[in-house]
Amino acid sequence: MSDLVRLKIDGRTVEVPAGTLLINAAKTAGIEIPAFCFYPGLSLAAACRMCLVEIENVPKLVTSCTQVVAEGMVVHTQTPKVVEARKAMLEFLLTNHPLDCPVCDKGGECELQDLTFRYGAGEARFQENKEHVPEQQWSPVVYYDAPRCILCYRCIRICNEGLGVGALGLVNRGVHNEIAPNRGDHLECDECGMCIDICPVGALTSGIYRYKTRPWEMKHVATVCTHCADGCRTTLGVYDNRIMRGNNRDSSGINGEFLCIKGRFGFDFLTRPDRLRAPLVRRNGRFEEVSWMEAVRVVAARFSETCARGGKIGVIGSERTTNEENLFLQQFARRILKTPHLDHRRSGDVVSLLHALRGRHEALATMADLYKSRAVLIVGSDLAQQHPLAAFQIRANWRHHQARIYVVTRGPVREDSLARLSVRAEPGQELAAVHTLRDALREETELVILFGDAIRGPAVAGLVEFGDSLGIPVKYVALVDYVNSRGALDMGLHPALLPAYAAAPAPGMSCPEMLAAPDLDVLWVVGANPLRERKLAARGAFLVVQDLFLTETAAEADVVLPAAGLYEKSGTVTNVCGEVQNLRRAVVSMGPKTDLEIFRLLAQAMGAGLEVPPVEEVYAAMRSHAGPPFAEPQPELIGSAGDTLFSSGTLGLYCGIINSVREAPGGLYRWNT
Amino acid sequence: MIYNEPSPLEVKVLTKRFGLADSASIDTYLATGGYEALRKALAMTPDEIIEEVKRSNLRGRGGAGFPTGMKWSFVPRDSAKPKYVVANADEGEPGTCKDRLLMENDPHQLIEGMAIAAIAVGAHAGYIYVRGEFRYVIEILDRAIGEARARGFLGKNILGSGFDFELYTHSGAGSYECGEESALLESLEGKRGVPRIRPPFPAVVGAFQCPTVLNNVETFSAVPAIIRDGGAAFAALGTPRNGGTRLFCLSGHVNKPGVYELPMGFNLLRMIYEVGGGIPGGKRLKAVIPGGSSCPVLRAEECDIAMDFDSLAKAKSMLGSGGVIVMDEDTCMVAAASRIIKFYAHESCGWCTPCREGTTWLRKLLERLHAGRGNASDIDLAGDVARNMLGRTFCPLGDAAAMPTISFVEKFREEFEAHLAGKPCPYENVRRGVPVG
Repeated sequence: MSDLVRLKIDGRTVEVPAGTLLINAAKTAGIEIPAFCFYPGLSLAAACRMCLVEIENVPKLVTSCTQVVAEGMVVHTQTPKVVEARKAMLEFLLTNHPLDCPVCDKGGECELQDLTFRYGAGEARFQENKEHVPEQQWSPVVYYDAPRCILCYRCIRICNEGLGVGALGLVNRGVHNEIAPNRGDHLECDECGMCIDICPVGALTSGIYRYKTRPWEMKHVATVCTHCADGCRTTLGVYDNRIMRGNNRDSSGINGEFLCIKGRFGFDFLTRPDRLRAPLVRRNGRFEEVSWMEAVRVVAARFSETCARGGKIGVIGSERTTNEENLFLQQFARRILKTPHLDHRRSGDVVSLLHALRGRHEALATMADLYKSRAVLIVGSDLAQQHPLAAFQIRANWRHHQARIYVVTRGPVREDSLARLSVRAEPGQELAAVHTLRDALREETELVILFGDAIRGPAVAGLVEFGDSLGIPVKYVALVDYVNSRGALDMGLHPALLPAYAAAPAPGMSCPEMLAAPDLDVLWVVGANPLRERKLAARGAFLVVQDLFLTETAAEADVVLPAAGLYEKSGTVTNVCGEVQNLRRAVVSMGPKTDLEIFRLLAQAMGAGLEVPPVEEVYAAMRSHAGPPFAEPQPELIGSAGDTLFSSGTLGLYCGIINSVREAPGGLYRWNT
Repeated sequence: MIYNEPSPLEVKVLTKRFGLADSASIDTYLATGGYEALRKALAMTPDEIIEEVKRSNLRGRGGAGFPTGMKWSFVPRDSAKPKYVVANADEGEPGTCKDRLLMENDPHQLIEGMAIAAIAVGAHAGYIYVRGEFRYVIEILDRAIGEARARGFLGKNILGSGFDFELYTHSGAGSYECGEESALLESLEGKRGVPRIRPPFPAVVGAFQCPTVLNNVETFSAVPAIIRDGGAAFAALGTPRNGGTRLFCLSGHVNKPGVYELPMGFNLLRMIYEVGGGIPGGKRLKAVIPGGSSCPVLRAEECDIAMDFDSLAKAKSMLGSGGVIVMDEDTCMVAAASRIIKFYAHESCGWCTPCREGTTWLRKLLERLHAGRGNASDIDLAGDVARNMLGRTFCPLGDAAAMPTISFVEKFREEFEAHLAGKPCPYENVRRGVPVG
């Protein structure tokens, strides 16, 4: 190929595309050139000077992070001159760097430690007084220690470029240079904590992980975040069966290096003192703690008795239980309880989308597509609030590939500043507004369309028809709210649909219908909180609730069964793009059981065996047929919870950190609503 | 206006109007051949103008000495982007005070030079970036720009030629680093005064990311004479490859400090004794900084040297900005080195590791050495730290701090040794200010 360049690095011949940076070219030859400020995906800084290398016929050492390869270039990364330079740069960094290792959270995973071991001098020659300023706390989750800061500017760049928030800047001059937060002495931002992860040293540290433990003492468990539907990998650091921190140092998940406040800090709900630990049965108007055996016996007996006399049983499933659990629940409801009344809170119209696509599975976008597609259209969603990973991918796509962004929303969104065209549309007018973009969109070569709950029912078919009319490949994402909202639909927690979107023989009641039915005998609520907003019409109904906390719904129950959260389970969940991912159990809690265990115990107690196929079979079935035979029959029920970065439905109410930051709803800072 | 008595040894090309009554006014300028070069340039092609500047062997007067004609030829004239002309009037190099006098005494010469540059590269807007401390100079420039516009030498359709050129002044805000060309452009754009990654260079990616000619005030000020009287005549005033005259800022221990315009290649000892009137009190010469504090210091015996770019480079120093600082036998070289590094530590923008940390380390180290609290290994350490900065920084400020430090340590080692072991500074009792002329 004519645009490949051949050069020699440390005697090895390397062939890379023209325009490649020398530091990246070296990587392809297995040569790691050390650097602090160079970070893939961010603008170049050339500030740390660690990556200096020797190029033949060039008098000075050159930073390999800014040097583009040239044909015939001969590079040396290990000569005495280069070794001396690295040692010198580390020595300079260590002059004002405090000897904090014994008390610094970063110890053991610190890039300055690592590079000093590898390239630095064994002795310090600096005898003068070090510059010192006190540590600052910028928010409940971000601390900044200026003496430790090596001024690599990664934090400023990730916040500005990666997130588009720009809450960090640089103040003062020379050796007094300091990173500064946007409000002078504190931060008002997304509190995503990306700055903490990206900091190579312990200058930026986590407010909730401080002084807790050492990295090598923890077992790191990579699982899927339990909050929104984007499905980021979060790596939980577990010590002594307790989650100490979440981070994304792994960065090999679909989220790459991105993680938001929820994935990083939103796990403290697991250890709250008001976590349900023992089953509760209502007797004489009061809750009594009973054993699991007792609780299961009570519930199973009531289920069996109601089934026997043909009573009405309603089942409301969860957007936060695993696919395995959802499938089991679906079978339990339809086969054991023999009830058609099965639903969950439907937050996005996936059903109508799959019906409109009629089996064109290649028209469903993945998270990777959001980063690669030449053009992206966002309809009716403030991605930064509810789908921060999607927002990050799209922004990175725009930054790296100059992707063209189009926006149709009710109010201003962050993507407006990236968009080629940005249209405001009142509720109900979104599809019409999309049509006004037709001419511009026809100039694209491909397109991904993300749409929120405003596009539902016939509007979804209208949107797909519009996409087809453009004459280019179009992919879609129907936005849903929570970690397994998609999986709830895939596994048939829907009154009119079976798993894999086959039609149910006879449609049952929806959630609102169940709640409004005066003759409901039993209502089984798993991982949901419908009574927060509505009332249960059937005052005499037997209410069974499985959840982690005594929510509004659990507070009215006859039996409460304490359930485990996703970080305490294994299984799979399906994200907003339909990507199925494995969970890994990080901790075990005393008392609660996983929803799956509870289902099994109940089935056993009812004397019913249940053969539930593996989840993969459902997905195989989905891939092999043309989708649901009808569009969503009740589109008026589609509705997003409208979370922000600082709320996460019912679960979010129990997340301490998310509620304690200044930006939380009710806090001092207000989002642009 | 503050200006010293001229010397009969001067060759007054750029400074020919210094000392005239109302020298800054456009009437004085026009009466003394002003704006004739602009008229001539409007009838030349851009290539012809650049050729003339090349012929003059004019090299950048800000410090780097890059051939000016060659720099202008790097601007891609057929780029669709607008071009800019920017004058570096940040004059921050310690020992330098010539640009200030040029702007105070002959602002129209600078304006004319910039306008000619604009024609040469197809620019229609220019900026004079003036250090913020020169507030009164900005007022003088603004007045001159107003006069030039009113008489049709600036603005739209200059002298009926159809060529437009608007000129603006822009104030700096107290940073030496903003005299570095790419940091200057960042500051001009309203950003932090931190340099840019180069390449690309300002000629291609400059002000507002557009092709830009960026030169020192003195460099632009030489252009009218070059166009009016021809490049060859200007070149002939100097030495081969070092064309023309240059303004030398003579300061320190001389009887007649001041700014003197002398031909390139003028002998330094002659400058000190014949132009500068020798050293007060008949003291012996000890050392000279030849071109601003960023240049390696010269011992007295090294001062019999022609003052041009090539000769000083051969002597492992630099002509630099022309700031000639003369130091007599009673000057403590350790104090001098310490005071110089204090400047760089204060001015370092802090972007890159070696300069940010190295300048402060050296400042503390040399302070401690001068105070008598150093030991023998500290002298070598100072040289080592400076050498660890050399050639490894993001911009030349690191080199500008390192080179003089190394030169003082190497050439005056015995003075450093005299401060060891708690001994008081040998020059402690010689307290004397620098005479002001």
